[in-house]
Amino acid sequence: MIRTSETMYKYLRPDKTFPHVWCPGCGIGIVMGALVRAIEKTGFTKDEIVLVSGIGCSGRMSTYLDFNTLHTTHGRALSFATGIKLANPELNIIVVMGDGDATAIGGNHLIHSCRRNIDLTALIVNNNIYGMTGGQYSPTTPMEHKASTAQYGSIEKPFDICKLVEACGASFVARSTTYHAKMLDAMLSRAIAKKGFSVVEAMSQCPVQYGRRNKKGSPVDMMMWYKDNSVSNPAFKKIPPGEVGEQFPVGILVDIEQPDYLERYSKIVKKACGDKL
Amino acid sequence: MKRHKDLLLHGNEACAMGALAAGMRLFAGYPITPSTEIAEFLSVELPKVGGTFIQMEDEISSMGAIIGASLAGVKSMTATSGPGFSLMQENLGFASMAEIPCVLVNVMRGGPSTGMPTRPSQGDVMQSRWGTHGPHPIIVLSPQSVLECYTLTIHAFNLAEKYRSPVIMLMDGIVGHMWENVQLPEKIEVIDRPEPSVPPDWYNPYDNLPGGEIVPLVPFGEGYRYHVTGMVHDKSGFPTLVHEEVEQCLDKLIYKIKNNLHDIIRIEDYMLEDADICIVAHGSVARSAREAVNIARNEGLKVGLLRPITLWPFPRFHLENISKRVKMFVVPEMNYGQVYGEVLKSCPKRAVRVTRVDGELVTPAQIMEKIEGAAL
Ligand SMILES: Cc1ncc(C[n+]2csc(CCOP(=O)(O)OP(=O)(O)O)c2C)c(N)n1
Ligand code: SF4
Ligand SMILES: [Mg+2]
Repeated sequence: MIRTSETMYKYLRPDKTFPHVWCPGCGIGIVMGALVRAIEKTGFTKDEIVLVSGIGCSGRMSTYLDFNTLHTTHGRALSFATGIKLANPELNIIVVMGDGDATAIGGNHLIHSCRRNIDLTALIVNNNIYGMTGGQYSPTTPMEHKASTAQYGSIEKPFDICKLVEACGASFVARSTTYHAKMLDAMLSRAIAKKGFSVVEAMSQCPVQYGRRNKKGSPVDMMMWYKDNSVSNPAFKKIPPGEVGEQFPVGILVDIEQPDYLERYSKIVKKACGDKL
Repeated sequence: MKRHKDLLLHGNEACAMGALAAGMRLFAGYPITPSTEIAEFLSVELPKVGGTFIQMEDEISSMGAIIGASLAGVKSMTATSGPGFSLMQENLGFASMAEIPCVLVNVMRGGPSTGMPTRPSQGDVMQSRWGTHGPHPIIVLSPQSVLECYTLTIHAFNLAEKYRSPVIMLMDGIVGHMWENVQLPEKIEVIDRPEPSVPPDWYNPYDNLPGGEIVPLVPFGEGYRYHVTGMVHDKSGFPTLVHEEVEQCLDKLIYKIKNNLHDIIRIEDYMLEDADICIVAHGSVARSAREAVNIARNEGLKVGLLRPITLWPFPRFHLENISKRVKMFVVPEMNYGQVYGEVLKSCPKRAVRVTRVDGELVTPAQIMEKIEGAAL
């Protein structure tokens, strides 16, 4: 059995980067813990892992973990990661993004990474808000919910991130929450091991910018809400569409085998080189 | 390969061949006239030499991908034009800030906005210097011929590696699309990334070394785990707001270029020794200017040419020196006077501009008109 605190400590950069920037009660730390345990489980060394992140509270994760780490520009983490993967396919690349990072400003890169099926693992920390900039509404803020730029309630229909990436061709799609931290470990280690583009959506409470404004209670209350409204995927499928309400499926939603980008590229190399190979 | 004999090439092709010769092994780009031939050529050639070509979803991601590739130890390049160049600015600033070597080719077309896609321009001289926000270093090169598209692209990669900086090849649409018979040099100098001189525990990727020596950038995955960010960082690469560290970080970016102007700046002068009038021109316009010098000399006018090959850092000191000898400057450009402004800044001498923004090349006759009109 792995003792969490020891494992965690092994992967942190304690002398350089602490105290961290996250608020008390924030879910991102739980997501980071799950990521560390998942990596530990895969058996990769620190040098074999590259952690690329975007900009936002979630994007700060790359600062704290002792891998090859790259804190990019807002929304663009996947494109930097694509360049790294193509340059050195041996590296295992995990890309941490916020919901705004991944689906608003970086939405184009997300859908094309899915379509390309490039062998990266995307971890999207979905707190339903722009945390870092003070609580503006994001593409995943539910209708009618309040944000600093939606004081009268949001009028935009939110994305279902998992459905979006499934439709765009991702090879592996899973969802978990900060309440289901152990499931999150498992989803992440599966995603890292998966060849092709994989996406794990981690629902994560932002008590300060989202919870407070929308009367969601304490961080614990927010996590209990995840518990009460999450349904395993097989069970979710049995709920009649009209009765879904706020419930959402968790667990593995997509897991398919298909050639990844580099496998296809190797065919191009063969064609280009003709009989020289 | 018979490639090193006489070849009929266009500028974009020569640029792509130069990149391959310099060891570029990853190209990421998005099609745009008049740069697209670079991507097309490399999509055919890169797979043959163990390299990777990828057409990204836009120019923003193209710039991101080449930065990523460079961090993984592979020389990388993108190519674009006006609108795409604008989209690349944020990540270009990232490369400046994080000190990631890479090469961006901008084959200039008429702007602003969609402008004149198929007509050449030199309208991005200032954008290439100041397009991204905040104080930052940049190196910008301007070729005037197909041969130079080849040799300067190699030079661009060398400078990028040597100074850990993005380098822009600022070509105009004429140079990019011009066909010339060229003999590529048999021997070229290629600078590769140096090995680190310290073990991982001592490695500070952003250290200020004595004498301004630049710390080698170790590729990700080689046991030197470090952090790279676009935030102001300390010598180890982690974000900082400590005043002295902030200042050190930003100063270093500027001074690594400023302290090496002699090495970075390349100019060419033509008939300047006894000149009364100095034309300052770059890119394809420099070819018209050279012809204007010949015509003027035939008429007994003492005219010479200064051609900045390195546009940024701008060859201020060269201009200052020349201004001690000449009576005036004439600055022809395919814009409203972007280099002209720099000439004015560099020396108090009289300077006139010859501008053209209708998508045509500045002609020798146009330059002569100004010279004769100046009637010394
Ligand atoms: C190009 C650009 N636009 C805007 C910003 C400002 N900005 C920083 S983080 C952020 C949103 C963060 O939200 P999200 O991605 O959901 O991450 P979170 O903070 O919630 O984890 C924004 C808009 C920026 N840094 N860069
Ligand atoms: S603003 Fe929200 S997401 Fe950001 S650190 Fe605070 S609680 Fe977490
Ligand atoms: Mg968010």
